[in-house]
Amino acid sequence: MSTDVTDRSGPGIRGDGAVGADNATDRRVRRLLFGCAVITVLTTLAIFFVLIDNAASYFFGAKLTEMLLGASVERTVTFTEFFSGTRWAPDHATPGHGVLPIVFGTLAITVGAAFVSIPIGTATAIYLSEYSSKSVRSKLKPTLEILAGIPTIVYGYFAIAFINPVIVAPIAETLFGINMGRYSLLSGMLVVGIMTIPMVSSISEDAMSAVPDDLRNGAYALGATKFDVSTRIVLPASISGVFASYILAVSRAIGETMAVTLAAGMQPQITANPFAEIMTMTAYMVKMARGTTAVGTVEYQSLFAVGLLLFVMTLSMNLLNDWFKRRFQEEYR
Amino acid sequence: MSTEEQSLITTEVQTENTTRADRPDETVLEARSLDVYYGQDQALTDVSIEIPEHKVTAMIGPSGCGKSTFLRSINRMNDQIDACRVDGELSFHGKNVYDEDVDPVALRRKIGQVFQKPNPFPKSIYENVAYGLRVQGTVDDVDLDDAVEQALRGAALWDEVEGKLDSSGLDLSGGQQQRLCIARAIATDPEVILMDEPTSALDPVAASKIEDLIDELVEEYTVVIVTHNMQQAARISDRTAVFLTGGELVEFDDTASIFEDPADDRVEDYITGKFG
Repeated sequence: MSTDVTDRSGPGIRGDGAVGADNATDRRVRRLLFGCAVITVLTTLAIFFVLIDNAASYFFGAKLTEMLLGASVERTVTFTEFFSGTRWAPDHATPGHGVLPIVFGTLAITVGAAFVSIPIGTATAIYLSEYSSKSVRSKLKPTLEILAGIPTIVYGYFAIAFINPVIVAPIAETLFGINMGRYSLLSGMLVVGIMTIPMVSSISEDAMSAVPDDLRNGAYALGATKFDVSTRIVLPASISGVFASYILAVSRAIGETMAVTLAAGMQPQITANPFAEIMTMTAYMVKMARGTTAVGTVEYQSLFAVGLLLFVMTLSMNLLNDWFKRRFQEEYR
Repeated sequence: MSTEEQSLITTEVQTENTTRADRPDETVLEARSLDVYYGQDQALTDVSIEIPEHKVTAMIGPSGCGKSTFLRSINRMNDQIDACRVDGELSFHGKNVYDEDVDPVALRRKIGQVFQKPNPFPKSIYENVAYGLRVQGTVDDVDLDDAVEQALRGAALWDEVEGKLDSSGLDLSGGQQQRLCIARAIATDPEVILMDEPTSALDPVAASKIEDLIDELVEEYTVVIVTHNMQQAARISDRTAVFLTGGELVEFDDTASIFEDPADDRVEDYITGKFG
């Protein structure tokens, strides 16, 4: 850029060629970055489209795209059967297309896991943020992060090799006299709960640590105990971040696949017995996707119907999270 | 001039001040050879002071002289700082607050604090004032309503917030927020109120309201105030303690003596603005 002061006609501010070139570079960089950002949006749209397109053929016998090209519509599975039927066996000789048993499996695991991860994760976050000394925190936080980084399949084997035979089965046998198989709903709840603890604790702890010390000091000066400060000041002040961590954990539990398949099994049924084998939506998709089913059959297409439903469930959790964030924005400044 | 005549020509405030000054000193807080360290740094050196009941005691001095540290030592807010260590004695009604059997939570219920930056909780005005009462076990709604109103009146805020007790304390102006914090502190009926530069974040009008309020508060409470503002110390305090760099208490006397005829040359230099 010219900084020649003798040039009286606009010293130093009239861009010369170099500035123009800079602007061109700026525009190119901007387009490149925009392109990268667009990839994620396009991917989301593409997934949504593929799911809907294929799910249509589960219900109507032809994909949306085929229908547009004039394929005849032939109802194979009715929505009524899909949403209210209680027998899920699309690959059976006499097929059942009621999705409820596997939705039940997913929701039961999710709720059960939330009962594990939310209390333990929140308590851990409060401990880390309010109670622990620096040295304890410096050891505990990395441990939690390791827990978060373990592949889910490893959790699955942990459930098969430890949680189910060592913890759940003896409880079933001694307390209830139930002789349990290798899989159980309870062990699925426990393992998914355990694996989502770090998610709750680490995001909640970040939110709690962001609460200004001014507020803590104000409360301590009023004769509040640590417990008062944690529960009546810090937790309410950080509630939107804490709630966000719950939603993330729940979304993760809904979408969790490998651990839950190995822990809870592949037996679609609605049951109140926590020691029974069940099947989640994701476990069903694993089973279908293993490759013994012929592409294009109704049972193959059921994969996409279930996938679409799962997608809608996690999407609504995300929307709920957004709504909650707007509604309960951190008020402190 | 007889005392009767005098009372006829003096204003009400002056009458109050006269009675305040005439009150015999009852020591409520006493420090003896108090040393406070933050890690390796010594923040207070051998501080000995007797703070009288129902009077305003001002702590002045340049930044980093330890006056805020002294304030935080009184209600043991220094406990929040890991590296802080206290030697010597600091008594509240003759009981060393650093004794093993003293519960800092109980101590802080007797000694309230108002901070430099107004720090209302992100709760309603009502809940801000009720917080201290709630943590101290008041659950009855009628009692709470009464106490909240009393405290807000005591902090000269009631008239401004009467109709909107349910709105957030953060929606108030800075000066109102600070008076809310004072209301919060007096709601639990402490004996002493510590104020750490309570007006330094406020505009002059809001600051002067707080000063007027302090003048009223001292009828019921003992006020210890840290301030950077020497005019403020001169205006509102009965006693003034001057701390200088190194955490040393250089002089402690009646406010008038400190500002008119300080015994220590360094205090004179500080007050006349030669440093600090």
